[in-house]
Amino acid sequence: MRTLRDVKAGEKAVVVKVNGVGHLRKRIMDMGITKGCEVEVIKVAPLGDPVEITLRGYDLSIRKQDAESIEVE
Amino acid sequence: MSNRIALAGNPNCGKTTMFNRLTGSSQRVGNWPGVTIDRKEGKLKGQDGIAVVDLPGIYSLSPYSPEEVVSRDFLLKDRPDAVVNIVDATNLERNLYLTTQILEVGIPVVIALNMIDVVRKEGIDIDKAELSKRLGCPVVETSALKGDGIEELVEEILAAAERGAGSYPRYSDGLESYLSKVSDVIKGHVPDESVRWYAAKFLERDEMALEAVPAEVAEEVEKIAAEMENEFDDEADSIVAGERYNYIGGVIAAAVKRDDRRGKETASDKIDKIITNRWLGLPIFAAVMFTIYYIAITTIGTLGSDWVNDVLFGEILIPGVDEWLTANDVNGVLAGLIVEGIVAGVGAVVGFLPQMLVLFVLLVILEECGYMARVAFVMDRVFRRFGLSGKSFIPILVGTGCGVPGIMATRAIEGSKERRITAMTTTFIPCSAKLPVIAMIAGALFFQSAWVALSVYFMGIFCILISGVILKKWHSMTGAPAPFIMELPPYHVPGIFTVIRSTLERGWAFCKKAGTFIMLACAIVWFLSAFDWGLTMVDDINDSMLADIGKSLKWIFVPLGWGDDWEFTIGTITGLAAKENVVGTFGILFGYAEPSEVGEEFWDIVAARFGPGSLGQLAGYSFLAFNMICAPCFAAIGAMKGELGSWRDTGKAVLYQCVLAYVISLIIFQFGSILLGGGFQIWLLLAAAALVGLVYMLTAKDPFKVIGRGLLRRPADE
Repeated sequence: MRTLRDVKAGEKAVVVKVNGVGHLRKRIMDMGITKGCEVEVIKVAPLGDPVEITLRGYDLSIRKQDAESIEVE
Repeated sequence: MSNRIALAGNPNCGKTTMFNRLTGSSQRVGNWPGVTIDRKEGKLKGQDGIAVVDLPGIYSLSPYSPEEVVSRDFLLKDRPDAVVNIVDATNLERNLYLTTQILEVGIPVVIALNMIDVVRKEGIDIDKAELSKRLGCPVVETSALKGDGIEELVEEILAAAERGAGSYPRYSDGLESYLSKVSDVIKGHVPDESVRWYAAKFLERDEMALEAVPAEVAEEVEKIAAEMENEFDDEADSIVAGERYNYIGGVIAAAVKRDDRRGKETASDKIDKIITNRWLGLPIFAAVMFTIYYIAITTIGTLGSDWVNDVLFGEILIPGVDEWLTANDVNGVLAGLIVEGIVAGVGAVVGFLPQMLVLFVLLVILEECGYMARVAFVMDRVFRRFGLSGKSFIPILVGTGCGVPGIMATRAIEGSKERRITAMTTTFIPCSAKLPVIAMIAGALFFQSAWVALSVYFMGIFCILISGVILKKWHSMTGAPAPFIMELPPYHVPGIFTVIRSTLERGWAFCKKAGTFIMLACAIVWFLSAFDWGLTMVDDINDSMLADIGKSLKWIFVPLGWGDDWEFTIGTITGLAAKENVVGTFGILFGYAEPSEVGEEFWDIVAARFGPGSLGQLAGYSFLAFNMICAPCFAAIGAMKGELGSWRDTGKAVLYQCVLAYVISLIIFQFGSILLGGGFQIWLLLAAAALVGLVYMLTAKDPFKVIGRGLLRRPADE
């Protein structure tokens, strides 16, 4: 299973499924990370975490640990 | 008609600027009940008796963050006559996600398509009429920053409130069939106008919404949701969110003519490539922080504060008022109250103001231009393991100058847990008012060694970090952790009016507090130190009520090594009014009415009181440690109340600080004393217990639950 965490900077991926529960899960979907959405990883923060991604025409910062809840292909 | 309209929108959509445009100068800032989120209300400019309520910036009407909860409660329960949904036209897709939910509530909606000027400049054409037709509500193009479209917006708001609610978004036939099934089940259990909103929330399994209906209805809804999941082969909340975005995709395809932003690098992208660059990110962060420190703490801000303290109050107001009172033969007691109690008390507080205003200008600029979000992005990894936000660095840095603006700077932290923990720990870092105390102890006992000051800074950082770990587990105090999924907004030039306005708002909020709580608390300490129990004014603080209080409380500090002399207890109490008072109080107690700032004159007396040799030094250091970590001055406590929301929580926070200070000083003194050959004292056992307790708090999974259970002794828990 590939998750958003495995996507390297500069690569694109399509969201397959959002895992996780409660606030985290809802927040991920509210921010537009939904099934079928294309996400591009822009860069990793200077200290190695979080990562910056771009989707639906805007930029988001997400921790690697949270990115693991997002299955991609 | 209740004559009230609400402003709703995502964070960073220009909502604050729009609110200022719509209300002019008629604003009132309060709090939403039970949470520390600003509730701003004002009157619609040019209209009689129509109130505008500014809802907090949110991405969704979900039931998780306090911002979301107050917003949806307001829309559903208070039912404003109309909602102005401010939509950032440069980020239409994500902004319309909230719009789909607001439209379902069944309140008339007007969309303000904000930042339209920026969109036009980028060569994108949004068909306003098509957008309006598709969404089923009026759309007005605005630029809050430039003031364009505001009059038209006001007209549309009034017309919409007259006309009533429009239509709501239609999703795929599949989802619609389930929505109508749910609607049939819940009709009568929820307000008729909001059936659609509830139906969608129920399908998402929104627990807070489900509380509104009886259990059997909720079960019925659950069956429908399960059936839908079967058909779609997906989870219910994911289906609903996906359908909303699909719907938005359709709207945008029809209304946005040339969306050529995607794949094209904007100016903001280019700036960001440098600012959060793997190698340059940290040096740039350091440079920005240094600039803030330099401007607010070492130069302009401090010059302003020094001028207010030394010139305005020290040379003009206090001597002036004093002279006037003497010339007019005012009774000595009254004159004392006015000059030393009130004027000096207000001065001590107003003195913070120049530095605070300079700092707020800088912080609002950082916030508005988009760098603040990058601070969190760059520093998150370091701070999050201590329960803090990457943005916590700023309050702590500011706290080295003064804890009051430091605490107020925590407002920029979006997670309420991280914000509260930062507000409770910022004052552990020594502020400039604590420096004279450090200098006094270093001078009296440590041959003015610079190591004393350095060690106190490290102790402050140490306390912040261990407190982060401990407080993060105190859920009833700091709340549940929120996921850190944060928008990185495009960089833009901050609007000058927003900067000035936000700065003045914050400054004014502090002045109001200064005029009430802080002044009262300072006046009480002054009163206790200036009068005896017969309420006659005393010349010598030795005869005052405070001296007796010190004598009766000094035993508390015996285990810390400085409980034999009541003067140290008094110094600690007067330090609450302002930390530098510790030195001044010692001056008076040891017979020097006007000592120098660091009290060189009586260093030998202080040294003698703490006792000879290394044990005396240890007792002095223990005194210093306690005074650095324990409750900050009243001004900082007042600021803390502003961020924690209630006196109850503020009291708990201050108690935590005092207990931590006691534990640290106890451990330092008792273990130090054994190492230095001071012999065994029974208090060593207490220190050992405190150390074990501290380690337990740091390592246990949920220590506060255990403590709570121990205190409450609820049989049900056993």
